[in-house]
Amino acid sequence: MSALHIKKGSNKHSAYNLRPNFSDVTEKHTLAILVDNEAGVLARVIGLFSGRGYNIESLTVAEVDHTGHLSRITIVTTGTPQVIEQIKAQLGRIVPVHKVHDLTVEGPFVERELALLKVEGSGEKRVEALRLADIFRAHVVDSTLESFVFQLTGAPDKIDAFADLMRPLGLQEIARTGVAALSRGL
Amino acid sequence: MTREMTGAKMVVQALIDQGVDTVFGYPGGAVLPIYDEVFQQNAIRHILVRHEQGAVHAAEGYARSTGKPGVVLVTSGPGATNAVTGLTDALMDSIPIIVLTGQVPTFMIGSDAFQEADTVGITRPCTKHNWLVKDTADLSAKIHEAFHVATSGRPGPVLVDIPKDVQFASAAYVSPSKTPVGHYQPQVKGDMETITELVAALETAQRPVFYTGGGVINSGPGASQLLRELVDATGFPITSTLMGLGAYPASGKGWLGMLGMHGLYEANLAMHGCDLMINVGARFDDRITGRLDAFSPKSRKAHIDIDPSSINKVIHVDMPIVGDIGHVLEDVLKVWKARGRKVNSEGVAKWWRQIETWKEVNCLKFASDEKTIKPQYALSRLEALTKDRDRYICTEVGQHQMWAAQYLNFEDPNRWMTSGGLGTMGYGFPASIGVQIAHPDALVINVAGEASWLMNMQEMGTAVQYRLPVKQFILNNERLGMVRQWQELLHGERYSQSWSEALPDFVKLAEAFGAKGIICKDPADLDDAIMEMLDHDGPVIFDCLVEKHENCFPMIPSGEPHNKMLLGEVSLKDAIGTKGAVLV
Repeated sequence: MSALHIKKGSNKHSAYNLRPNFSDVTEKHTLAILVDNEAGVLARVIGLFSGRGYNIESLTVAEVDHTGHLSRITIVTTGTPQVIEQIKAQLGRIVPVHKVHDLTVEGPFVERELALLKVEGSGEKRVEALRLADIFRAHVVDSTLESFVFQLTGAPDKIDAFADLMRPLGLQEIARTGVAALSRGL
Repeated sequence: MTREMTGAKMVVQALIDQGVDTVFGYPGGAVLPIYDEVFQQNAIRHILVRHEQGAVHAAEGYARSTGKPGVVLVTSGPGATNAVTGLTDALMDSIPIIVLTGQVPTFMIGSDAFQEADTVGITRPCTKHNWLVKDTADLSAKIHEAFHVATSGRPGPVLVDIPKDVQFASAAYVSPSKTPVGHYQPQVKGDMETITELVAALETAQRPVFYTGGGVINSGPGASQLLRELVDATGFPITSTLMGLGAYPASGKGWLGMLGMHGLYEANLAMHGCDLMINVGARFDDRITGRLDAFSPKSRKAHIDIDPSSINKVIHVDMPIVGDIGHVLEDVLKVWKARGRKVNSEGVAKWWRQIETWKEVNCLKFASDEKTIKPQYALSRLEALTKDRDRYICTEVGQHQMWAAQYLNFEDPNRWMTSGGLGTMGYGFPASIGVQIAHPDALVINVAGEASWLMNMQEMGTAVQYRLPVKQFILNNERLGMVRQWQELLHGERYSQSWSEALPDFVKLAEAFGAKGIICKDPADLDDAIMEMLDHDGPVIFDCLVEKHENCFPMIPSGEPHNKMLLGEVSLKDAIGTKGAVLV
């Protein structure tokens, strides 16, 4: 068994293990961390990333089990395979951390993010913004004669694509929640 | 039966129930209620230090020499911030320490109150875990949990921050046995499949070497015993990090001496040339590995460690085993014996013949001088005159520390207290106080440099107050020796700020504190002076004036692999490339 409890010979991770251990290739991983919802726990997790020089691309946290006082922290991070393994092992050392899931390695998973985008415009641009919003299945949650606020959920790429389209059409502000993610199936 | 008591009383009760006999501390406004309880009992002895940093190092000395956790009690604000260096030191060296800090009352937290500091915020990165207890009802359980976390898995320092109103308020006391078991339960048994793989490798290896570290000591005396059995039964050579000295006896037949930047020639070359490396409770620290891409290029590597994050952190290993050293070694021995105690005798004998040729280099030889005391000579004499005693050695940080590791021999674990990971100057003196408190009748020597020693010299007051016969053996070269050495090798002999100006007269300094001072500068007087130090029943400052420009060898220059060692004052020019110069 490896340090991270990956059984040897497990074909689920075989392709991952075939890569060189000290590869320079940077990968993006989505981690789900189950923690005791106690004071300072988020600071511990974030302090680990800043203190050891790891990247955080996205971070989401909320209590998910009110009786057990457990919070789920979803972090999207990038690093070489070795760095990703270190991040997981280091997270596992934090006393209030119950479990660290690497969703990227553990199998297919869904990830969703919610974004609010404020778009200002009139005339043809305004109509075009509304048309594109329809294609992306964004909802209008606020409207004035010169502006819309669109609400959009989806994978981060989809939100990026929508924001790129809105930019020439008068995008003023954008607020994103960060990624929430769950593995598919049971 | 529930026992209602104040938070302050709870603290003392919890410590008693955890088997604590000694607390190192310093009072202040925010811990007065606890100190009032300390005053009214006799079960726990309180040692009053002179600075909070000294309290933590003393607790580290206590912990390392006994295997029990050390306990510290200090006040809020500056009391807590002064403890930070000690906490970081204990974290780097995995020493179990429980620090209790006072805090301003809960209703004043965040108001920039007098002696308020965000203690849990400041100490979060330098503790294994910490707690701010806001409710007296939680206090006793949190203290019990703190002991559990500090001593389970990879040991480390923890801190419990206790606001003053929580100390005054009353609640029901919860005993350790009634405290709910937390989810923090690190794995101690290793994976049998990998252990069997390791045993198979032991059976066939031609050039094996055991590379052991502080994890063996932390795992307890049983782990050292098992290590000795395994090493002696296989007949394999063994080397150790600075932190692991004493786990295997220096007189043992497998012993190669310490490895690393200032390790022995034979130990480092064995690491470089081996075909099987068995890392037992060490962490491939940069002082050990040298240049990573040239580290032991031809070996298969096994790594036994209780901390999963230590595995594959810097060096990729082929056989990772997460578990407690004692448990894993027991299983390794069991499997190895069951499979018929096989080793590749022919290969190993040939390997030993190779190692013997490296030993013949005699890398610790030094040129004695009739006029000045060489530091190596001073330590050789100290070794000769104290080796048969019940002896504990502490050190500060620098050249003297490396010489002590090279020239003193350790036969047992828990006899060697040194700041390895953090490299804290000022560690050794307070640590020696903690050791002497734990072992009142033993000989406790702190091998020091004059600059390190001055960093926590205020603890002379503690040593004298408690009549602790700690021997401060100061190798005084009037230099920051290791800094000077690096400036010589790396910075064109420009000795920027690396000398000790305006040093005190150490004999008078000792006398000013009511202790004994000895000065020695003639090699001919050294033995008598050391005997005088040993014979004195009380604290001694021994000012040993040594050669000022001695360099510490062997040395692996930074940025170089193990087989590029410098053995002495040969051509040092260009020994360290520009890439090495940026390393520490």
